[in-house]
Amino acid sequence: MPAAPPAPGASSTEAVIEAPEVRLIGIGKRFPGVIANHDVEVTIRPATVHALIGENGAGKSTLMKILYGVQKPDDGTIEVGGTERSFRTPTDAIGVGIGMVFQHFMLADNLTALENAVLGAEKLHGIGDKARAEFESISERYGFGLRPDVLVEKLGVADRQRLEILKVLFRGAKVLILDEPTAVLVPQEVDALFANLRDLRAHGHSILFISHKLDEVLAIADDITVMRRGTTVGSAVPGEVTKQELAEMMVGSELPSPETSESTVTDVVQLSLSGVTLTDDAGRDLLSDISFDIHRGEILGIAGVEGNGQAELVETVMGMRRLTSGRILLGEEDVTDWDTRRLRESGVGYIPEDRHRHGLLLDSPLWENRILGHQTRPPSVKGPWINRSGARKDTRRIVDEYDVRTPGIDTVARALSGGNQQKLIIGREMSGDPVLLIASHPTRGVDVGAQAAIWSHIKRARHDGLAVLLISADLDELIGLSDRIEVILRGRMVGTFDPAGVTPKDLGAAMTGGGEA
Amino acid sequence: MNSLKRVGFALLAPVIAVLIAVLATSVVIAASGSDSSAGDFWSVILSKPDNRLLVNILNQTTMIYLAAVAAAIGFRMGLFNIGVEGQYLLASYTAATFAGAALLPGALNIMATLVIAMAVGAIWAGIAGILRTTRGVSEVISTIMLNSIALILVGYLLDRYGLHGGNQVRTKDLPESSQLAGWLPFERPDGPIWTLGLLAVAVGVGFWVLLNKTRFGFDLRATGLSQTAAVASGIKVDRMVLISMLLSGAVAGLIWMPAYFGSAHTYGTTFQAGLGFTGIAVALLGRNQPVGMVFGAVLFAFLSTQSNTLTFQTDISPSIVQITQGVAVLAVVIAYELVRRYRIRLEQRTVARARTAPVQEVTA
Repeated sequence: MPAAPPAPGASSTEAVIEAPEVRLIGIGKRFPGVIANHDVEVTIRPATVHALIGENGAGKSTLMKILYGVQKPDDGTIEVGGTERSFRTPTDAIGVGIGMVFQHFMLADNLTALENAVLGAEKLHGIGDKARAEFESISERYGFGLRPDVLVEKLGVADRQRLEILKVLFRGAKVLILDEPTAVLVPQEVDALFANLRDLRAHGHSILFISHKLDEVLAIADDITVMRRGTTVGSAVPGEVTKQELAEMMVGSELPSPETSESTVTDVVQLSLSGVTLTDDAGRDLLSDISFDIHRGEILGIAGVEGNGQAELVETVMGMRRLTSGRILLGEEDVTDWDTRRLRESGVGYIPEDRHRHGLLLDSPLWENRILGHQTRPPSVKGPWINRSGARKDTRRIVDEYDVRTPGIDTVARALSGGNQQKLIIGREMSGDPVLLIASHPTRGVDVGAQAAIWSHIKRARHDGLAVLLISADLDELIGLSDRIEVILRGRMVGTFDPAGVTPKDLGAAMTGGGEA
Repeated sequence: MNSLKRVGFALLAPVIAVLIAVLATSVVIAASGSDSSAGDFWSVILSKPDNRLLVNILNQTTMIYLAAVAAAIGFRMGLFNIGVEGQYLLASYTAATFAGAALLPGALNIMATLVIAMAVGAIWAGIAGILRTTRGVSEVISTIMLNSIALILVGYLLDRYGLHGGNQVRTKDLPESSQLAGWLPFERPDGPIWTLGLLAVAVGVGFWVLLNKTRFGFDLRATGLSQTAAVASGIKVDRMVLISMLLSGAVAGLIWMPAYFGSAHTYGTTFQAGLGFTGIAVALLGRNQPVGMVFGAVLFAFLSTQSNTLTFQTDISPSIVQITQGVAVLAVVIAYELVRRYRIRLEQRTVARARTAPVQEVTA
């Protein structure tokens, strides 16, 4: 660690900045077919680090955008320093001292650090010596160690992040929103960032720290607010709460009523991974020695905190990444070296995590989306030709059977709500008698009605002998659907659980590494 | 959405763009302080072309259309083949050299020459494709550079191996047995409609069939719409990049062939440069659609040809139509985006209306 973190209130040589208290009261935001936020309550006390935690899709980003004036809430109010405020643009938010540091840096590589800080804020301190003096004084006050004249392209990730923070301070922000700031940093850099944040706090700034990494949250936060399914589900104070308890709050502890449907698991192995290892370009293991079997009629659930190798596992099984070592069998066949198309042709269905990026052609009509991923199989094609009438007819079938609410099959996919887009994808991937379904967060961001429908489709297919690999951040979903749950942590399988007897607490402990560290 | 509405939406953007272009051109003419007014300009441009110009417009349309298809093949999958210019330059020179050598008799010579033109265009484009798939070099950069290389290469080869006569250098003349003048719709001095203009028809139909009817076309469009979704659906994007570049280059190789076999018969000062860039503009104007680009090609050919008469009847420079063309392309890109957004909003509203009734049931 580069510098010992100063205690709050100490070591400030200059006037302490008074950050206002920020309160979000009853915030709600709806998008077509999705409730992104409802009844959100957060209070950020002055001069504190306030952590906002929750799984991806829990509604954190929407909330941040509302607080920063990018989006307008449908319900609720924002109070800053006791006064009700409504932000039309980020400029309004920065006007009352709220600034945001985005996860993806917004810097111009070919400009210097100083130019980047000044860009768009020329009115505040001019573009000359005054701006330079302000830049240097901020950099010095918080120990950023940034030189004004260095080109941004020469800066490393940690320095770029400090520059982003400096940019926001340069604009006079007293409350800083940091969106998963540690996602791009290595551990030593995280320590340095935390030292900077403690410095900022000591000078009177407040920080809203968004993360799903519980260790970090416990290390830096004064207050913690937990979000799940679009709303705040609880708050906690570090020291009075354990990592496991936080994990439980994040993923939900209400167990669904136990599934009474009898097991349909057969003895026939449909998918078998042995010793699957995936290494990135830098030589780090993304997946280490993963082995499991999925039988016909079985749903294997993968539990884990987001970013522990789930996405890599799915892409490896789907043939989108080449494994470094290990073997994958589909039925009797060795498919280790097969590409995605060949796997799909042999009956692997795929519900991708991000349906907009991987599952749909948003600007194409539904019937063309029916063809996607099935370009080589009837009824979409006949030899090298597209079978338009066959594809259209089968799209109508999917729309009926899967209750996709749409005016017609010529509607573009983008026009549908998230739930209906997802139902179309499920219907498509269940077509052509798949033998294996890879379902990645199948109900993320869909409304309750669609969720129940999707669950029943998956259960029915399992009953018909489908093998399912289910990845989900929603423990209710995992426990409710799976026949067996494997926990993944840092690219390794760290435990097997029977969903009939498991508690979210057990899962939470395993997902975060249990007692270790 | 019914088909009438669909057509309406497809036409909306180009119509707006052309109107803006007309307006901008008029403003420029008025501001330039010339003796002729914008009214004079439009009355000349919009006057009925005489027979010679009609033939000329049609012949230019076929070549511009070929260039537009060449560019569109890349555009439809998100590849910016800016190198159509260099590809057809090199292909035209090579083809003219081969055909002039008369190694094969009559029609056989024509067919072999067309194959060679396509092959050379494809190879030149393929270099950019290979650089992109193996080394990650942006095809925009590499094709621009290949344009310059092609220009220098052809200049060198022509100077070294061409026939020198006076100030001019050219390839050997095409033997008469391989010439394909075409059909004379009017008097002899008005000139013929080139036979190989039919290539544009064939390529246009082929492009339409490829895009809309074949699996390959679907893969191509899918890759252009969303590379990530394409990968997840099993499309090998690298392979698609290479094949599209080859196809694009092959079509580019054909661009000048109607003129060569129709009237030029030699590569030299007769060569018409710049069609590659015109093709890119027309592809944008026609939204990379086989039918849309026909209109774009006609418009560009019409404006360029008609502008030649400006010098006789007004004191406005013919170059002014380049402003019309440029503004039209710029405006159309913006107009398409606006129309697209409007259309999505409209569709979303339709969808919302369709689901208002049953959506209540989910509140359990």
